[in-house]
Amino acid sequence: MARFLLVFFCGLAVAQEDPALEKRVRDLSSELRCLVCQNQTLADSNAPLAVDLRNQVREQLKSGKSERDVVAFLVARYGDFVLYRPPLQANTVLLWLGPFILLAFGLFLLFLRIRRKVLAPELSDADRARAARLLE
Amino acid sequence: MKLAWVLGAFVALLVLLAVGLRLNPREVPSPLIGKPAPAFELPLLAAPDKIFSQKDMLGRVWVLNVWASWCAPCLVEHPQITRLAAGAVPVVGLNYKDAREDAMPWLARNGNPFVASVYDGAGRIALDYGVYGVPETYVIDRQGVIRYKRIGPVTPEILKEKIEPLLKELNG
Repeated sequence: MARFLLVFFCGLAVAQEDPALEKRVRDLSSELRCLVCQNQTLADSNAPLAVDLRNQVREQLKSGKSERDVVAFLVARYGDFVLYRPPLQANTVLLWLGPFILLAFGLFLLFLRIRRKVLAPELSDADRARAARLLE
Repeated sequence: MKLAWVLGAFVALLVLLAVGLRLNPREVPSPLIGKPAPAFELPLLAAPDKIFSQKDMLGRVWVLNVWASWCAPCLVEHPQITRLAAGAVPVVGLNYKDAREDAMPWLARNGNPFVASVYDGAGRIALDYGVYGVPETYVIDRQGVIRYKRIGPVTPEILKEKIEPLLKELNG
């Protein structure tokens, strides 16, 4: 019974540990890349380093730092690579604008093609007469 | 004309893939290159009551090697680290998330190339150094600035082509 109560209260203690903070930790760490398993977020990964970094995030948020401070802390150590949303800067311009450039290029090609079709010469009277003959 | 377009696009794609597939996505460029080595004051592995700081190495070109007894690639690179230490450059070991009773026998077994080994049991300082894959190796210049970082084991090629020339340049 005593053991059961202990387990019960321990469970309660964990549950009560500031759900708002836990939510912030979870929200922030799902924007960050785990460096060990690079296609997982910090929130999803259970690699020891991810656990350490999550604890670091929690510790810093708890001590009153903002999300932006924590991100700056991690970027200073691991580089922009930790961010799942790369910042728009000189070396990422192509990454951000590339798809739009390709889209514009595709629309341009489409436009050329349509215009060529539209501008195609109308049938002359001779052509019409020939078509009518063939259809008879 | 159409064939030329298709062929051109194909060749362009081929070049893109040839370059892209050769890149190593695990090689994350460190933002610490050119920055002062993060400060630490850590106990020595062999003597927990003695404190060692990166400041103790100011004025010398040195190498920081992050290792652990549980890390298999650390054993693989150990001959290179030993060779590096046999040269004129002091190598400081940073024992990462390890237990003293595992780390000490590891050094006794495999040889201890380090002028000093500091003990970072919680991995707190390693975090400041942006460590994410042990072993990691840093070359730090006389002013205490990080000049090179290697993530993963130091191979004989990397030692010969990257680290040794850099050390020569820094010491020259």
